[in-house]
Amino acid sequence: MTELLIGTRKGAWVMRGDERRADWRLEGPLLLGQIVNHFVADPRDAKVRLIAAKTGHLGPTIFRSLDAGATWTEARRPPAFPRSDDPNARAVSHTFWLEPGHASEPGVWWAGASPPGLFVSEDNGATWESVAGFNENPMYDEWVPADAGTPDGPLLNQIVIDPRDPAHMYIATSTAGVFESLDRAASWAPLNQGVEVTFLPDPYPEFGQDAHFIALAPTMPDRIWQQNHCGVYRLDRPQRRWERIGKAMPAEVGDIGFTIVPHPRDADTAWVFPMDGTDVWPRVSPGGRPAVYRTRDAGASWSRQDRGFPTDQGWFTVKRQAFCADLGEPLGLYLGATNGEVWASADEGESWRGVARHLPEIYSLAVAPGA
Amino acid sequence: MIEVLIPSQLQSYCGGVSRVRAEGRAIGEVLDDLDRRYPGIRFRIVDEQDRIRPHMRLFVGRAAARDIRASLSDGDELLIFGALSGG
Repeated sequence: MTELLIGTRKGAWVMRGDERRADWRLEGPLLLGQIVNHFVADPRDAKVRLIAAKTGHLGPTIFRSLDAGATWTEARRPPAFPRSDDPNARAVSHTFWLEPGHASEPGVWWAGASPPGLFVSEDNGATWESVAGFNENPMYDEWVPADAGTPDGPLLNQIVIDPRDPAHMYIATSTAGVFESLDRAASWAPLNQGVEVTFLPDPYPEFGQDAHFIALAPTMPDRIWQQNHCGVYRLDRPQRRWERIGKAMPAEVGDIGFTIVPHPRDADTAWVFPMDGTDVWPRVSPGGRPAVYRTRDAGASWSRQDRGFPTDQGWFTVKRQAFCADLGEPLGLYLGATNGEVWASADEGESWRGVARHLPEIYSLAVAPGA
Repeated sequence: MIEVLIPSQLQSYCGGVSRVRAEGRAIGEVLDDLDRRYPGIRFRIVDEQDRIRPHMRLFVGRAAARDIRASLSDGDELLIFGALSGG
């Protein structure tokens, strides 16, 4: 069985597919009306699931399940910045990203928030601590300018942990790009060489980029894929200069998007879902013709995969957390769209089928472990 | 004792009721008392800097309260509302 965890602007749902990934059943809603930015299951313990939620009125919190979603409780101490007498002191608007900790650290979770903030839990999300290495870094105000942000606020939108070393971490931000830590989040250094910025006077600053999504190649963790606000990039460590592999995308499609999915077994293969980043940035499928693009040669070339998608007048977008893969053979790919549709491919992207529709705007889509 | 009006958005914390009684000589103390009995409710009304969240409205009787340090007297009524438009 394949299980998809769906977070939307107005609640969460679960989809279960049969062994062939052909028949799907939608269950929910859970937390109807809550803004669910991320809904994640723990690969170290499949019974543990966390949801980052808030509503338009209420403050942000984390909901937790320790029984695979049968029951839910709320974090006793959700992510929050340290108390301060400064009248402009930061407060968490919403938790945007939830990351299970390293395999060697059961119970540890990391969270990224808006305004950009990094938080850690040692007890499966029951209580959270502010991570001073980022949140109180002397460079914070440089990395997070007061006037920077996405339409929903500036973000620390992602946390990635090297599977070989729990102290080696990366984060992605919307205000300063990618950062690396070699000391388990105690200190951070920008990692943005070669990443273009089209909205600042200096097109190649040390920081200031908008890193929409980064992903390590599971079989080669020194390879980092990045879908940036300004293109698709790849970095093979220990190099520090990113290569813009999106230049090989068709010019009429471009290489703007929110997310990128690496193949779990092939370090040269990844998928993107391009969006229109021209003119006033409509952020919809270019030309109204949705498609994923796949590279099988580390970004040297890309091929279009659109069978099953609308061939005309299809104007959806796929956000950062809403494109994922299972571990099946052949690989299954899943994307959740801003129009509330879930699309699935059981053949590595060759063909696509709508498996749910009429949901609220989808913010996150994740495959539960064991799928 | 303070009579507290709980808006629909927060009634799941209080067993579904719209009115509860709480103790405190200031709004913050009443929220602390509520949070002891209904864990998590305070942080959804007030942020970590003790600021009332942007789309929450608090009134003591008919007077708008903008600071949780505002004092209360026995028998006061604290009204909590969610105030947001949008689809």
